[in-house]
Amino acid sequence: MNTAENIMSHELGLSSGNENDQFLTFIMAGEEYGVDILRVQEIRGWDNVTPIPNTPEYIKGVINLRGSIVPIIDLRERFGLARNEYGPTTVVIVVKVIDEERERVMGIVVDAVSDVYNVAEDDMKPPPDFGSVVSVDFVKGLTTVDEKMVIILDIDHMMTKDDLAGIAQNQ
Amino acid sequence: MTVDMSQFYQTFFEESFEGLDTMESSLLNLDVGAADEETINTIFRAAHSIKGGAGTFGFKAVSDFTHVMETLLDEIRDGKRLVTQETVDLLLQSVDCLRDMLTAVQNEDEIDQATVAAVQGNLEKLLNDASAGTPVEQRDDTGDEAATPEPAGEGWRIHFAPYEDLIKTGNDPVRMFRELAELGELEARLDDSQLPAFGEMDPEVCYLRWDLVLKTDAPLSVVEEVFEWVDGVCELRIEPLSSTGAEAATQEADAGSPAAPVPEAPVTNASAPAVPQRQAEPVVAENPTEAKAVTPKKKPASGGEHGSIRVSIDKVDALINLVGELVITQSMLGQIGDELDMDLDKLEKLRDGLGQLERNTRELQESVMRIRMLPISFAFQRFPRMVRDTAKKLNKEIELKLSGEQTELDKTVMEKIGDPLVHLVRNSIDHGVEPPEVREQAGKPRVGTVHLNAYHQGGNIVIEISDDGAGLNRDKILQKAREKGLVGEDEVPSDERIYDMIFDPGFSTADTISDVSGRGVGMDVVKRNIRELGGSIEVSTEAGKGSTFTIRLPLTLAILDGQLIRVGDDTFIVPLVSIIESLQADPAQINGLAGQAELYKLREDYIPIVRLYEVFGLKPKATRLEDGLLVVVEGDGQKVGLFVDDLLGQQQVVIKSLETNFRKVDGVSGATILGDGTVALILDISSLIQVSKRIGRKHRLPDEPTPEAGPDGDAATEQAA
Repeated sequence: MNTAENIMSHELGLSSGNENDQFLTFIMAGEEYGVDILRVQEIRGWDNVTPIPNTPEYIKGVINLRGSIVPIIDLRERFGLARNEYGPTTVVIVVKVIDEERERVMGIVVDAVSDVYNVAEDDMKPPPDFGSVVSVDFVKGLTTVDEKMVIILDIDHMMTKDDLAGIAQNQ
Repeated sequence: MTVDMSQFYQTFFEESFEGLDTMESSLLNLDVGAADEETINTIFRAAHSIKGGAGTFGFKAVSDFTHVMETLLDEIRDGKRLVTQETVDLLLQSVDCLRDMLTAVQNEDEIDQATVAAVQGNLEKLLNDASAGTPVEQRDDTGDEAATPEPAGEGWRIHFAPYEDLIKTGNDPVRMFRELAELGELEARLDDSQLPAFGEMDPEVCYLRWDLVLKTDAPLSVVEEVFEWVDGVCELRIEPLSSTGAEAATQEADAGSPAAPVPEAPVTNASAPAVPQRQAEPVVAENPTEAKAVTPKKKPASGGEHGSIRVSIDKVDALINLVGELVITQSMLGQIGDELDMDLDKLEKLRDGLGQLERNTRELQESVMRIRMLPISFAFQRFPRMVRDTAKKLNKEIELKLSGEQTELDKTVMEKIGDPLVHLVRNSIDHGVEPPEVREQAGKPRVGTVHLNAYHQGGNIVIEISDDGAGLNRDKILQKAREKGLVGEDEVPSDERIYDMIFDPGFSTADTISDVSGRGVGMDVVKRNIRELGGSIEVSTEAGKGSTFTIRLPLTLAILDGQLIRVGDDTFIVPLVSIIESLQADPAQINGLAGQAELYKLREDYIPIVRLYEVFGLKPKATRLEDGLLVVVEGDGQKVGLFVDDLLGQQQVVIKSLETNFRKVDGVSGATILGDGTVALILDISSLIQVSKRIGRKHRLPDEPTPEAGPDGDAATEQAA
């Protein structure tokens, strides 16, 4: 029974528990980032968006995703990286973000999608404290795959903190 | 067989609350002294269903309480008790109490035992107090007992043969037997001759029959009551133990059916068909007719409705969304069809087809939208009670007039408009209508009138709340406004502005703060709630004659008639209801104000100009006012000229929320999907005006080119943020 279960989950690429999670990784400014694959709804090419007035630059706008209005966020700009011209490899990863019982769907613009990795819980290192230079709020951990560092993102934190607080609060 | 009952709770509560509403409105319609039989039956049936349901689900407190109510109602129905004001009041109180109990049970809270006990005590007191109502026909009491071979018997022999689907109707024979056993000594003999072989047995089918002997002094009615819920799903014979069936039969037949003194059978009109059921020996043949004759007993309760089904809102919303998508697809196809270049013959056909598709989609959309529509009577029905109670509390005499109750509007809008309406009606009673003495002195009838009216006007529903009271006191409002510093000492605002002030936060002119109203919260909340629904409220008043509050609401929150406008490369939608007119700006009518604001002289008015590209930080095509268009819009009672590049078409759009996946955006009420599949934002004019006030005019003079408009304006707002 146990063995069978193990084989099953292995074959399906599913993991029972947190021991071995799968992450979709993407490239941005030469760095590789990963998000929990269970949160990824779809990957689509960059398409024109409808800008939303009076929102930060990194909120590119909204698109029509089969009838729902979904906001698109440029992760480069969100992280304060240099803006990049959108090209044929520019992709939008549509992810599910969960905060306080609510689920939202958002698109994040990244340079290119890279790979899918299995990362064992034990292989994930907590992010070092950078002080105030870099906010580690949205970094869940660091891991190494094939000698390369992959930054695992905590998308729940990344999206909710400021983006959704609304202008009203800031003013 | 154990069934998880909790899955039926929701339905039970829904039905019970509906039942309570019915009871309440029927009680209010009841004429004291000359009660209409049908109305009393309606009340009784509602109470009875609640009792039955509560019993089934094991809400004992509820069923016990309802039982007492039911007993009282039963006496009224049988004419043993006159309907007095006292009775009606007590019953209304009981309805409230029952509603609280059900709410508590639903929320799994503790039931307020003290209140329940008090009301129940009052009910029982009234019941025991025989003199409370004058018995109309004493004969009923005594005559019944004598005529039927009921009392003093040793008991009853009951032949109980359920039909196969008895269990499926939710009835459990064991539960019924337990109830019987409480009446006396019960002896049950099981007939399992119908039981099939184990392999063929369907566990949901009842194969068993029973012959019961109940030794009791309980009257027939009590025994019958136990079997009340299995009416029509079983073969039932109840015979007195002492007498033989034949004797009883002749006796009853002589009496003639309608006048047959059958005591306290559940519903009077059902008692006649119930007679043969009891003693006729050759029962089997009669079964079909019996079943038919008995069933109407529960049905007529729902009279007046044209058949309805209970559908979860989610399903309806899914359907509405889908139809919304269809509308978008249709307009997408339509657009392609318009641009398509092919031979004329085929094109013609395609156009025809598209035209038909458009009509069909539109109709489909309308019918689907109508599913969500309910007559406003649902919102109105609580008022008779409220007006009655409030008027009593304030010692006023008020008649409530309702009209246009059949006017339909969206369920969501209805739910949200309930509280504001209650507030306005309370206000009319408290502040509007004067006490009877004052009214008489003023030469008005003692009884004041509060009138609730609803009707459709264009794509809106209009609800009017009017009273024939004293009207708003202009001077008092002005004085109060001066006290609060809302109006300067020398300033004399227009009457409209003064009356409008009652909607300002913290404004109440009531001299004394009463329980009913006058705390100064409310009118502003009312206005805000109505605004959130995309509606408006205004008041008109005449001193000494009364005031009228007029609420205008969109029929539905799901679609909107929009005017498409263009600024630079972006398309926006302005709700058609907020547009007054659109015009080409005449340079001669543009005036600057201290370099900060621009005003446009529109006939007699000066209206501020709001440049949409500045507010939203866009790159426009036109920066000179004469190169674009001014759309005069009104929001929150204020008119502004919205400066845009161009007007596009008008279109009905399906409103999508930005908040589902994002958040609220100032100046924008939502978004929609255009024919080409792109998203366009819907402007919220009131909020847009607020934003424009906050941002202010950053550019000095109207006609000066504004190079730094686009990205810079954006950056500036960001910094401000």
